[in-house]
Order: sequence, then structure tokens, then C-alpha cells
Amino acid sequence: MNSHATARRPASERSRDWLRQNLFSSPANTLTTLLVLTLLAWLAGRFFSWAVLNAVWGQASVATCNALMGQGACWAVVADKWQQMLFGIYPQAEQWRPALAVLVFCSILVLSAMRACWRVRRLLVLWVGGSLLCAWLMAGGLGLTPVPTALWGGLPITLMLAVFGTLFAFPLGILLALGRRSSLPILRAASISYIELVRGVPLITVLFMASIMFALFLPEGVSFDKLLRAQVAIILFNAAYLAEVVRAGLQALPRGQYEAADALGLGYWQTQLLVVLPQALKITIPAQVNSFIDNFKDTSLVIIVSIFDFLYAVRQAVISDLDWRHYFVEGYLFAMAVYWLFCYTMSHYSQWLEQHLSRDQRN
Amino acid sequence: MHHSAQVMPATADDIIHIAGLDKWFGNFQALRNISLTVKRGERIVICGPSGSGKSTLIRCLNRLETHQAGTVIVDGIRLNDSLKNIEAVRNDIGMVFQHFNLFPHLTVLENCTLAPIWVRKQPRATAEAAAMKLLERVRITDQAAKYPGQLSGGQQQRVAIARALCMAPRIMLFDEPTSALDPEMVKEVLDTMVSLARDGMTMLCVTHEMGFARAVADRVIFMDQGEIVEQAPPEIFFSQAKSERTRQFLDQILDR
Ligand SMILES: Nc1ncnc2c1ncn2[C@@H]1O[C@H](COP(=O)(O)OP(=O)(O)O)[C@@H](O)[C@H]1O
Ligand SMILES: [Mg+2]
Repeated sequence: MNSHATARRPASERSRDWLRQNLFSSPANTLTTLLVLTLLAWLAGRFFSWAVLNAVWGQASVATCNALMGQGACWAVVADKWQQMLFGIYPQAEQWRPALAVLVFCSILVLSAMRACWRVRRLLVLWVGGSLLCAWLMAGGLGLTPVPTALWGGLPITLMLAVFGTLFAFPLGILLALGRRSSLPILRAASISYIELVRGVPLITVLFMASIMFALFLPEGVSFDKLLRAQVAIILFNAAYLAEVVRAGLQALPRGQYEAADALGLGYWQTQLLVVLPQALKITIPAQVNSFIDNFKDTSLVIIVSIFDFLYAVRQAVISDLDWRHYFVEGYLFAMAVYWLFCYTMSHYSQWLEQHLSRDQRN
Repeated sequence: MHHSAQVMPATADDIIHIAGLDKWFGNFQALRNISLTVKRGERIVICGPSGSGKSTLIRCLNRLETHQAGTVIVDGIRLNDSLKNIEAVRNDIGMVFQHFNLFPHLTVLENCTLAPIWVRKQPRATAEAAAMKLLERVRITDQAAKYPGQLSGGQQQRVAIARALCMAPRIMLFDEPTSALDPEMVKEVLDTMVSLARDGMTMLCVTHEMGFARAVADRVIFMDQGEIVEQAPPEIFFSQAKSERTRQFLDQILDR
């Protein structure tokens, strides 16, 4: 059959063909398909009755959950512990502050995702103002009870490490990508060494370096906040990966773009900032989002240097309570849902962004 | 004004002066001992078989290519490694490419005002007003807010011409401006170039549009294998070419 005809037929017919060719092409194949489908349906049914039908919803006592004998999920553990899951060991009475900070932070993200805010000054005001507000809410002072960063934990930590870890990695990654393509041998060698070195080690190593080794290089008595050190480590780590993402975009640009810029008399930085990067960054949006999603999930490794991120807070909230300690599966599922919500939103936003940016430039 | 086929000695009238120019790509010599002088306001058409070095020659004029031997002097400025000189020469020269090379992420108007704003430091309003005038001249005003990808090839090339003109260059280089276009769009671009020539712009055009050469060129140059084989005013070039290679080339291209 000719492929043109296939492409033009309605989607329902095409998927039926696909099914027939891939899943039901022979008796053995058909049997396998049916078996796997039955198994999947059975598992899904089991999960559904455990997670929904037989589950305990809302506020409930441990006794109610125990009475289920594992036949249903005990969502009561989330209803009981959600504050501790989200905000960790942050002082209980002050937990409205991290809650508000998360809200403000998410608003910054949502606002800067909207086209109306895509002005340099607006974005600067939004990010600097919003971040300072969050910092004040979290750290206190100026009328709020001070809370040291050692007591910070949960979702605010995860969000902060992931978002700033990507945001500040960008300029650094761009510089590294440009350096790697520079005509100056020293600059090129330095960029390549940095990128390859960092990409060659796991994030855990870099976090260890930042939290333990780094102190050895500092004069006695001088110390940096542990959280800040981890944040810097994550930024430096992500920059190497973003550099490669950006470099792919730079390589995809036709030479004619550079030549046109040169012929018009634009200088190196003008060419990069006005002509090259806007295009290179646009074509790499999917890779950037991928990289952000990786960063977001990788932040859970900071537990290795005793920083209590969201995942750890969830675990701790359940495990540390003798009554509820058996219901950590529900806790992890809750954590999974939160991670999924953020990553899914990001990936959908990136699809929208990609379409939106190319829509009006296409012929 | 009468133009002789000989290379003239440099005078104040000469806006471009090339002597003994050699260009290598690795071991391959793309230009051999090129000498060429262009007077202010002169219109030159360069033709020759593919790979003969036409693009390389005009790209040496605004330093898109570096040369290894010889001198290139543009409007009194010698092209060498000095960044200041390169910048000054590029300020003097506008270039139009075969594949337009418009910036796809900027609107037509933004394409035209980018360099005036960032290189010439013009206020945005001034640059936009000037750009609109030039877009009007190439008959594109109603498309100013569109992106290059939304225009036809002919329209894009006219925008590219306007973009180059926005820098008020004294010399315009054209590198096969019509060879990537559908036949029905060639004329609109050539018309724009003819009108530019009528206004006294110094032009070097690499093109095989011999009708254009006949209509506006002061001199036609034939290149082959990195050398200038022959140069003459069009009326002489087309009827009394001296070299066998030129005649062969003309036979091919004019289909006679
Ligand atoms: N960047 C380059 N690297 C190596 N060889 C090149 C390069 N640019 C051009 N050349 C070679 O130089 C010769 C002249 O090229 P060009 O000036 O583009 O020819 P034309 O424009 O007359 O078709 C060709 O043989 C071409 O292959
Ligand atoms: Mg060429």
C-alpha cells in the first residue's frame, strides 16, 4: 500500500491498521496480546479498588486504616501529615510562611510563562521582587521570627533548588557553549574541560565536594550556608548539561545567519545576543525542558548532604510517627503525584511554547 | 563616461582598489592574483562558471573571507587584521545573499532596524521611519509587521535589499540575488536593483542575468578558475569577447 494513501485516511482507520499489524499479526501474537491485556486489566482493577474503592479518604484514625488489613489505601495519612510532608521540620506554628512562599513562587513561574510578561524589565521586577519576598517569608526577620536554613525543608527546598538551579545555570551554560565554539584556543579548551569534567561525574559527587571538600579550601572561620553551597553545586552541575543543549542549537543555525550579521557590521556579542541565541534557544526548548525535568527530580539527591527536600520530608513525616509508619506507600504515591504534576505541567507548557513561538513565523 | 577595459591606476575616484589578491582554502587556491579597480558609482556585473571564485572575490571585500596576499582597499580603508578597519569597511558595504539570510525570528521591520539601532545607535523611531521609507521603495510596506517566513522568495529578497540599504552603504554587493528564486519572482528583484543602479549606487553584482548586465552594467567581468579572464563594457563583452573561454561560457548561458 502506498504511504500517501495511508497518511490521508482517517485516524481511526490508521490506528486499526496499526493494531492489526503490530498486535494481531499471527495467532501466537494475538494470544500474547490478549494475555498481556488481561494481566494489565487485572492489575489496574486491583490498584483501582485498593486506591479508590476500598480506600480511607479524608481525616480518619489509624485504627480505621488498620482495620482495612491492607485491602485499601489509607489516604488519611496524607490528610493527617500533609503539612509536615510539604514543609518538613519548619516550625509548625510558622508553616503558613513556606506555604505562602510556595504560592508566591508558583505565581512567579506561572506569570513568567505568560506572553504579557515577556519584557526584560517586567521579568526582572517579577523575579527579583518575588524571590526576595519568598526569601523573607522563609528566613524571617523584619517582623517575622527568624528561621535558620537548617530548619527549612520540603517542597520549598525542592522548588528552590530546581528552579534557581536551572535559572542561574542558563547564563553559565550559554557562556560555556559559546566558549566551546570560540576561535580562541584557551577559551575553547577551558570550556571543553569544564563541560566534560562535570558531565563525567555524578551529581552526588559534586554535592559532596560542595558540602565537605569546599570547606577545606576556605580560611578558618569562614563558612557558607550549607543550602547555598548545595544550590551553587547544582547550578554548576546543570550548567555543563545546558551548555551542551545550547551548543546543539548553535550548531543548527545556518552559516548565512552569521554572515548576514557580519555583513551588517554587528559585533560578536550583538550577533550572539540579537541573532544567534534567540534562534538557538528557541529550537532547543524541548531539550531545555527535558533538562529542567531532570534537574527537578535530581534535587532529591541533596538528602546525601543532609538537606531535607520534599521527598525526604514525605518519608520522614510517615516513618517518624509510630502509629502511621506502615503507610509510607501512600506517602510515596502522594510525593509521586506532586512530582508528576510539576513535570507534566512543564512538559505541556514547553509544547505550547514551541508551537506558539513558531506559529507566527511559519509560512 | 567612457570605461576602458584596462585596470586603471588608483585615483581618488576609485572606491575599491584590489591588487595582487590571492586567496587559498587550505591547499586550494580560489583566487589568483586578482587586480580590480572600481570607480565611485560604477556598476559591475561578475559572471563565470560555478566555482570560479565570484562569491569569494566579493566576500573578500567585506572580509567575510580573509585573503592571504595582495591588497584590498575600500573607500580608502585597507583591509587587514585590524578590527577597526573591518568594522569601518562593513559600515560602508551592504550585501545581499543568494539565500536572503533574513533573520527569521524578527519581523521585516525589525530585520531592517536591527543594525541601524545597534550598530549606528540610531533612536528606534528614526530607524523605523528610515526603514519604512526603504521598504516603500522596494514595495513591501504592507508586510512590515510580518515575519520573513510568511513572505514569498521575491519579497524576502527585496526585504534583504532594504535591510542592507538601511545602513546607508556606499557600495552594494549582490551574490546571485535571483538564482534561488522562482522564475516569476526574478523580475521584481531585478527591477529593484535597476532602480538602485539608476540612483548612482556603486554595485558589484554576481549574476547570470545578462539582460540586467546589458541594461545597467558599466563593465562585465568574466571569471574562471580564480582568475579574471576578461572585462569589458557590456556592448563589447557580449559581441566581441576576446577569450575563447568567455565565448564558450556566453554560448552556454545565452543558449546560442
Ligand atoms: N569555505 C570554503 N572552504 C573550502 N573551499 C571553498 C570554500 N568556499 C569556497 N570554496 C571553494 O572555492 C572555489 C570558489 O568558490 P566560490 O567563490 O563560491 O565560487 P562561485 O561563487 O564562483 O561559484 C570553489 O571551488 C569552492 O569549492
Ligand atoms: Mg557563488
